Amino acid sequence: MPEISGFSFPNDVHVWWSLMIVMYPYITGFVAGAFIVTSLYHLFGRTEFKPVARLAMATSFAFLLVASLPLQLHLGHPERGIQIMITPHFTSAMAGFGILYSGYLAILVLEVWFVWRHEIITRARRSRGLRRAFYAALALGTYDTGPQALEVDHRAITLLAGIGLPGACMLHGYVGFIFGAIKANPWWSTPLMPVIFLMSAAVSGIALLVVLYQVVSKLQGRAPDQPCVSALSRWLWFFLILTITLELLEIIVMAYERSESWLIISELLTTRLEFSYVTMQMIVGGLIPLILLAVVVLMNRYLHERVRNTLSTVAALLCLMQVFSMRWNIVVGGQLMSKSLRGLRSHYEPEMFGREGILMAIALLAAPFVILWAFDRVLGIAEREPEPRAQDAGETHDRATEAGGVHAA
Amino acid sequence: MAPRPTSLQVIPEQRTGATAPECGRRQFLADALRLSGGALVLLAGGSAADALAAVAEKPRGEAYSWDEHLYAYLIDTSKCIGCGSCVRACEAENKVPDGFYRTWIERYVIGMDQTHVDSPNGGKDGFGPVQVGFTATKSFFVPKMCNHCRATPCVQVCPVGASYRTKDGVVMVDGERCIGCAYCVQACPFGSRFISPVTHTAEKCTWCYHRITKGLRPACVEVCPTGARQFGDLKREDDPVRRAIAQDRVEVLQAHLLTEPQCYYLHLDKEVR
Repeated sequence: MPEISGFSFPNDVHVWWSLMIVMYPYITGFVAGAFIVTSLYHLFGRTEFKPVARLAMATSFAFLLVASLPLQLHLGHPERGIQIMITPHFTSAMAGFGILYSGYLAILVLEVWFVWRHEIITRARRSRGLRRAFYAALALGTYDTGPQALEVDHRAITLLAGIGLPGACMLHGYVGFIFGAIKANPWWSTPLMPVIFLMSAAVSGIALLVVLYQVVSKLQGRAPDQPCVSALSRWLWFFLILTITLELLEIIVMAYERSESWLIISELLTTRLEFSYVTMQMIVGGLIPLILLAVVVLMNRYLHERVRNTLSTVAALLCLMQVFSMRWNIVVGGQLMSKSLRGLRSHYEPEMFGREGILMAIALLAAPFVILWAFDRVLGIAEREPEPRAQDAGETHDRATEAGGVHAA
Repeated sequence: MAPRPTSLQVIPEQRTGATAPECGRRQFLADALRLSGGALVLLAGGSAADALAAVAEKPRGEAYSWDEHLYAYLIDTSKCIGCGSCVRACEAENKVPDGFYRTWIERYVIGMDQTHVDSPNGGKDGFGPVQVGFTATKSFFVPKMCNHCRATPCVQVCPVGASYRTKDGVVMVDGERCIGCAYCVQACPFGSRFISPVTHTAEKCTWCYHRITKGLRPACVEVCPTGARQFGDLKREDDPVRRAIAQDRVEVLQAHLLTEPQCYYLHLDKEVR
C-alpha cells in the first residue's frame, strides 16, 4: 500500500491511470507534431522542410498505428474496448476518440497513398510476380503518372493536408481536453490544458524529427541538409518557448490567485514531483534546450555544421525528455494528490512486466520505429534518386524535380 | 476526539448479524408470520416442501415502478459516533473488496489553526484514540459515500454509457458494459468510485438498489445505531428526509462544483470537503 501524508479519501490512494496513460499522449503527441512538420511543407510551402517531409509523414503514420494500443492495454476489460467506437456515449470526451482517431487515420492513409503513389507505380512496374501483384494492389488499379495525374495528386495532397492538420491538432487537443475538463481534479482542470498538450506535441514531434533526420542521414551516409536542420531547430525553439511559457503560466495563475488547491499542488510539485517536474520538465528538459536552441537559432551563421547538428540533436533529446516528464507529471501527478486536497500519496512506481509495465512501454515506443523500417522497405521513405545518372547534372536535377513533382510546393 | 465507545460497539455488530442479508424489523415480523403459517400447514399434514413453497410464494406486493420514487439521503454528522457499523454492513451486503470503500467515515479533530483528518481502514473497525499536536476544540465524524449527484460528472464522462442515473435517482454502473477505463473514477470529486480488483469494472455505492426496490432501506441506514444516516423518498410527502431537506438548513459536499448531490448533510463543518 502506498504511504499517505495528510489525509486522502480512502479510495483515492490508487493510481488508476498508469504508465500506459502516460504513453498515450506521448505517442499521439508524435503523431500530431510530425504531421505539423509535414504540413509546414505540403500546406504552407516551407521548402526548407522538403528533406524531412516524407519522413515526417511516415513517422506520423507509424505512431498513429500504435496510438490506440496503450489505451487498449490499460482497460480493465480490453475485450470491450471496441464499445467506445461502436456505442459511444457522446457526452463523454473520451467517446470522441473513435471518431477523431478513425477520421484522422483515414485522412492520413489517403495522404500517404497520394504522396507515395508515384513510388508505388514505379515499384509495380519494376517488379515481377508476387511483388508486382502486391504493388499493383497498392496502386489500386491506376497507373497514370502523367503530368496531369501528378497535378491531381498534388492538389489532393494539399487538400488532405488542409483537413489533416486540424484533424491532428484535434486528436491531440482532445487528449488535453480529457484532462482539462475534469473539474474534480484541480491539477488537471484548466482550459490551458489542451493548448499545453498541443504545443508540447509540436515540441515532441519536431524534436523526434530532428533526431530521426540525423540518424537517417547517418544510416544513408549523407550529410544532413543544414537549412533543414536550422529550420527544424528554429521551429522547435519557437514551440518550446510557447510550451514552457504556458506550463509556467498555469502554475503562476494558481499561485497568484491563491486558489484553494494551490497549497497542496505546491507541495506536490516540490515534494513528490520535485525530480520529474522541477528538475526534468523545467530545468533539464526546459531551460537547457531553450539555451542550446537559442544558440543554434541566434548564432546560426557562425556555427560549424557539426556543432549545429550536435547542439540541435542534444537539445531535441532533452526536449523529448521534457515532454515525457510533462505527460508523467500531469497524468501521474494528478493522481498522487487526493481530491480531499489534504493529502498526497507516495511515489508511483510502474511495474516492470505485465500489461501496463515498463517493458510494455518500451515495446510501444519501439514499435513505430519497426513500422518505419518496414515502411521504408516497402515504399521507401527517402526521395527517389534520379534514374539516369549518366546525363549531365542540370538535366538530372530537372528530371528529379519532375519525378518528385508530387511534393512540389 | 471520541474514543470508541465499548458498549456501543457491540450493539451494531449484533445488529449487523441480525439484519443481514435483507431483513428490516417489519420484514422480519412479516416473514415470521408467514413461516408460522407454513408451520401450521405442516402440522395439519402438509409436507415441508409445501411449507417452504408457502414462504417462497409470498405475495410480492405491487410491482416496483421507478416513476413513483425519487430517493435522497440525509446524514446528520452530529449523530455519528464513528462505530463503523455502516462500513461493515456495506462490505457484507455488497461484497466490497478489501481496501476499497463504497462508504466510509472520516474523523475530524479541529483546533483554532489546525485540522487533523483520518479514516483508518475507512472507519470500518471504528476509531482508536488519536493524539494531535495541537489543542483540539471540536471533533466529529462524517460518514461519506456516493452522493448520487443529479448533474453527475461520472455519468457524463463514461465513454460507453455504462454509468447511468435511474429514474428514481440512483447513480449506477452496468458491470456488463463497463470497459474499466477509470474515467469516471477520475471525474468523481468525492472519491466514491473505484475499479474493483475482482470485476475490473467501476464500482460504487448503489444505495443498495437491490434492497430499496423491495421497500427495504440501504444496509448502512439499517444498521446505524444513532440514526445519523437516513434514507428517504422525495416523492412521499410525509417522508422525514424530504421534510428535513425542505425545511432544515442542509448542506451538500463541494457545492461549488455544481454536481447537485442528493446526499444532504445536517451540521456540516466548513473543514469538510
